[in-house]
Amino acid sequence: MKNTAVIEIRNLKKAFGQQEVLKSVSLQLFDKENLVVLGKSGSGKSVLIKCIAGLLKPDDGSVTVFDKNISEISREELGLLREKIGFLFQGGALYDSMTVKENLEFPLRRIKRDLTETEIRKKTMEVLENVGLADALDKMPSQLSGGMRKRISLARTIIVDPLIMLYDEPTTGLDPATSDEISTLINEIQKKYKTSSIIITHDINCARKTGDRIIMLEEGEVFKEGKIEEFEKSTNQLVKSFFL
Amino acid sequence: MKKLHTEVIAQAQVAGNFLTDVADVFLFILRIIKESFSGHFEFKEFFHQCYQIGYKTLPLISIIGTIIGLVLTIQSRPALVDFGAVSLLPGMVSTSLIREMGPVITALICAGKIGSGMGAELGSMRVTEQIDAMEVSSTNPMKFLVVTRVWAATLMIPLLVLYADGLGILGSWAGANIKGDVSFSLFFAQAFASVDYIDFLPAFIKSIFFGAIIGIVGCYKGYNAGRGTESVGIAANSAVVNASLLVIILDMIAVQITDMLVL
Repeated sequence: MKNTAVIEIRNLKKAFGQQEVLKSVSLQLFDKENLVVLGKSGSGKSVLIKCIAGLLKPDDGSVTVFDKNISEISREELGLLREKIGFLFQGGALYDSMTVKENLEFPLRRIKRDLTETEIRKKTMEVLENVGLADALDKMPSQLSGGMRKRISLARTIIVDPLIMLYDEPTTGLDPATSDEISTLINEIQKKYKTSSIIITHDINCARKTGDRIIMLEEGEVFKEGKIEEFEKSTNQLVKSFFL
Repeated sequence: MKKLHTEVIAQAQVAGNFLTDVADVFLFILRIIKESFSGHFEFKEFFHQCYQIGYKTLPLISIIGTIIGLVLTIQSRPALVDFGAVSLLPGMVSTSLIREMGPVITALICAGKIGSGMGAELGSMRVTEQIDAMEVSSTNPMKFLVVTRVWAATLMIPLLVLYADGLGILGSWAGANIKGDVSFSLFFAQAFASVDYIDFLPAFIKSIFFGAIIGIVGCYKGYNAGRGTESVGIAANSAVVNASLLVIILDMIAVQITDMLVL
């Protein structure tokens, strides 16, 4: 059943100075669903998920996550809510000064405070094996390739068992084979951890492979919403430009 | 007339931006104070930063402290010899080192090494979204990154100043022995006989403020860096320039206050 909305956005507006990035965006993410948000660069996709994670404050409208309005809750409540949200950043955002092990343990020690050292070790190895990089434990982020950084970043995100995953351009900057591996990984994570996900992308192969439903943003507004098949059959020039 | 009008608006904007910056810094300091005393303190990161700021700056401070003492002695000795007052050399050098040279030169070196390091590191973390990643990991980046660095700088820079003072006097003894012959114990006895708590205490207190300023400016510039890679360089550069300038201004104020209190 995919009828419970875990995220509900109504008339979201966000501007930076005179530039209106999000004019009026409304959408819902249902439980255990993979929602792909497609759009050209500058269409406001990344701003949208940063508003969901509370990294940016909306100018108007509401972002409700698990029935809590992000703009109305206290910093402490936001912290607790964020424990249920995983965010994969475009560049991975691995902490440069820490090893892979320390990167993975960082959120774990802060969110799951009651874990023993053995449990932390076990959990760290488990997520590393899930992303296929069990031998990278003692490496520094600078020693990893782009694809490996994305995988480790993904491992760091899932280590705290989030209920919602937000992916910001997960395949950008990767070669087609690695992009395909990351898309497969997103699906595997969704199945294994039973997450609901928003995947921001302009990579149509990633959208095809991961999306249960697609929303297209254009100039800060929802331009089209539907299944991948509906997009593929569309005669609209903008939609067709993505599916060529 | 129109040109004048445009010029006035431009100047008003510059003044407005300056006031906004001052208000931002003020709010940043208030937030550091608030975050320092609310919730748990990141002790592990604080000790790590103390190690980074204190221990890793020791070699540089050792070289500079020793050379400053040595050079000060070599430069001052001929004038004192002319007046037959060479016996005053240890006292003169130790007083000038403890009162002024040690704190200011150490602070300026630290503004360059530590301030720029903080500006570049936090700026790079901002640009690569590591600060955002920390925030979504339910970690307060202000507490973890800023508060620990500012307190570590505030604690370690006065200690580095004391260390530089000590090595400066040692360098001075070496300098005095190039053309003279004075024993280590006699030189140190004379050096410290001339130094009173009124020389030491104000210098130590201003070193604490130098440390705080370097930490705050470095963190402020890095934490509020823009989004492009260019911003990292700008953050590091402006951290050094602003911290150095503020150290000199604060030194001038500290000297005035000390002078008034001593009188």
